[in-house]
Amino acid sequence: MTPLLEIHNLHASVEEMSILKGVDLTVHTGETHAVMGPNGSGKSTLAAILAGREDYDVTSGGVLYKGEDLLEMEVDERAREGVFLAFQYPVELPGVSMMNFLKQAVNSVREHRGQESLNAASLLRLARRSAELIHLDPSLKKRSVNEGFSGGEKKRNEIFQLAMLDPTLAILDETDSGLDIDALRSVADGVNALRTPDRSFVVITHYQRLLDYIIPDFVHVMVDGRIVKSGGKDLALALEERGYEWIREETSAVPV
Amino acid sequence: MAPSADITRFVTAFARRETARKGSRHWLGDLRRDAMRQFTALGFPTRKTEAWKYTNIAGPLRRTLNTDRSSLPVEAAHAASIPGLDAHVIVFDNGRHCVALSHLEDLPDSVLITGWAEAAQSHSWLLHRYFGRVADYETCPFVALNTAFTEDTAVVYVPANTVLDRPVHLVHRISNDHNPLVQPRVLIIVGDNARMTLVQTSITTDAAPTFTNSVTEVSVGRDAHLERIDIQDEPDGATVVSSLDVTQNTGSTFHNSSFTLGGSIVRNNITVLTDAEHCQTFLNGLFLASGASHVDNHTLIDHAKPQCYSSEYYKGILDDRATGVFNGKVLVRQDAQQINAYQSNKSIVLADTARMYAKPELEIYADDVKCSHGATTGQLDGEAIFYLRTRGLTEKQARSLMLVSFARDVTERVTIMPIRVALDSLVTEHLGA
Repeated sequence: MTPLLEIHNLHASVEEMSILKGVDLTVHTGETHAVMGPNGSGKSTLAAILAGREDYDVTSGGVLYKGEDLLEMEVDERAREGVFLAFQYPVELPGVSMMNFLKQAVNSVREHRGQESLNAASLLRLARRSAELIHLDPSLKKRSVNEGFSGGEKKRNEIFQLAMLDPTLAILDETDSGLDIDALRSVADGVNALRTPDRSFVVITHYQRLLDYIIPDFVHVMVDGRIVKSGGKDLALALEERGYEWIREETSAVPV
Repeated sequence: MAPSADITRFVTAFARRETARKGSRHWLGDLRRDAMRQFTALGFPTRKTEAWKYTNIAGPLRRTLNTDRSSLPVEAAHAASIPGLDAHVIVFDNGRHCVALSHLEDLPDSVLITGWAEAAQSHSWLLHRYFGRVADYETCPFVALNTAFTEDTAVVYVPANTVLDRPVHLVHRISNDHNPLVQPRVLIIVGDNARMTLVQTSITTDAAPTFTNSVTEVSVGRDAHLERIDIQDEPDGATVVSSLDVTQNTGSTFHNSSFTLGGSIVRNNITVLTDAEHCQTFLNGLFLASGASHVDNHTLIDHAKPQCYSSEYYKGILDDRATGVFNGKVLVRQDAQQINAYQSNKSIVLADTARMYAKPELEIYADDVKCSHGATTGQLDGEAIFYLRTRGLTEKQARSLMLVSFARDVTERVTIMPIRVALDSLVTEHLGA
């Protein structure tokens, strides 16, 4: 069966500085992968490139999504094809009302999939269900997107949008950063409720604690622009105990 | 100083009218002659005139500009109404009261909404007391010119303790036959403790060059409340100079929203004098300019007495080679203590060739005041566009959503729902969204 996502020997740089130095990662439908690594290892760059941010030059390698060249697709095309990025720093959109935004986003994705556009009432129903899932304060739906939201509200809002847009591949970029333990738990509960056999997750995180709640099928360790070690969920625990240094030492023999 | 555009043809036209009127001794005749003297002394502004530094009006003024009224065929009675708006409607064609198109059936007895002729019969004291008293023809040549030539006037009078439930919709229809200089004149008097909403719209029937020089004078009584909405949606080729002069009495509220959605050259002068305590003043504005359009908003809030509040909120979107100007002046006089005055001007410039000039001016002579101003001019936030695209919106949809939302921040301040809805759809249409 064709993997959902195949990253092959991906090299990328920003302003001539090499950041990704040969990333390989394969994700099948329904799997949840965690990508861990120290600061500056290239985790967020990987997420940004998958979502289509144009600040990076892909110098070699490639990415197949559902067997197609993902990097050839426009940012919005990827979204309509089912790729979703939960931002590490969600953007505030002053004046853009949540419902207006959701209506356009949800319907552009639905139309692309040949589904019927949602009218205001059905959209509201979907929004209510999705908000309950992650305990999002319903009054936030009446506000401008992310404007004046607390850090935790912004992160919840990302998962709320994930629920609304029903993607095939969801990439969570440090969704746990800046969350207290209660917020972390409710965000994780939301994500777990959204784990289905036809949806895959790539969970990017610095800390193991998120993975106490979102139990991954696979854990990958990224150091200096490459995935240097892969394993099951136990690998995350080992990292928590021993830090990233031993991985560096263990893999330093590998030529860059 | 030599005036930029020739004024002799106006002097000649005025003299011709005076002869026809046989040099009337009526107070109005005196006022007209006084205004004409002022106009002759002032001349038209040049680009050396500080207040007109960015707005070059010389081109449109060089055209023939017929000061004689032209008539507008009644069958061109299109699109004057705002869908869903239940209003008292009064229509003026090229500045002249058009009774046939006005709908003023259910007016409360004491309320007057009419043209000059009827008002002069029943309310001559009112005209005498207010006409030409608020609008400053001594320093503004365009007000002087309008005052000298105006023959008809939209008169709206809501007497003391009267609440007008339905808004008043004042429509000015402008036609371009005979290359006219159209000079609409409006007089609004809201009595003590009275309340009303006024929406002013103008339609120009086709796209050949027109020049509109309008003057609106407003007097808001003690504890009275007036919300005014001005929608300027002129075609290319239209030049508009619009002057709004307001005085507020104790405890009154004046809430103005002005929308400039089209026109080649548009200059709005708003002057509000709060010569009494406890006044509240809100000036909101939105302008959209593209092509080679030029939109200039000049406002002055003159806080002459203590304990007043004013808030100004202007936004603009400029594309192509368009130019925007915002000059907002707040004057707090020496004895006007405990004034709170806030001003904000935000613009989005979509093209490298578009320009925005923002000039806030605070002139404060009192020491116990809170005044602030902020002006920002920028492009659309690229990070916001990216965020929206990761949610499935195309670049075009994302830009439109950002722009429409930016504008909606101003339209939302209009309290009459059908007007707000109409504005939102006009804005969306103008932004090509």
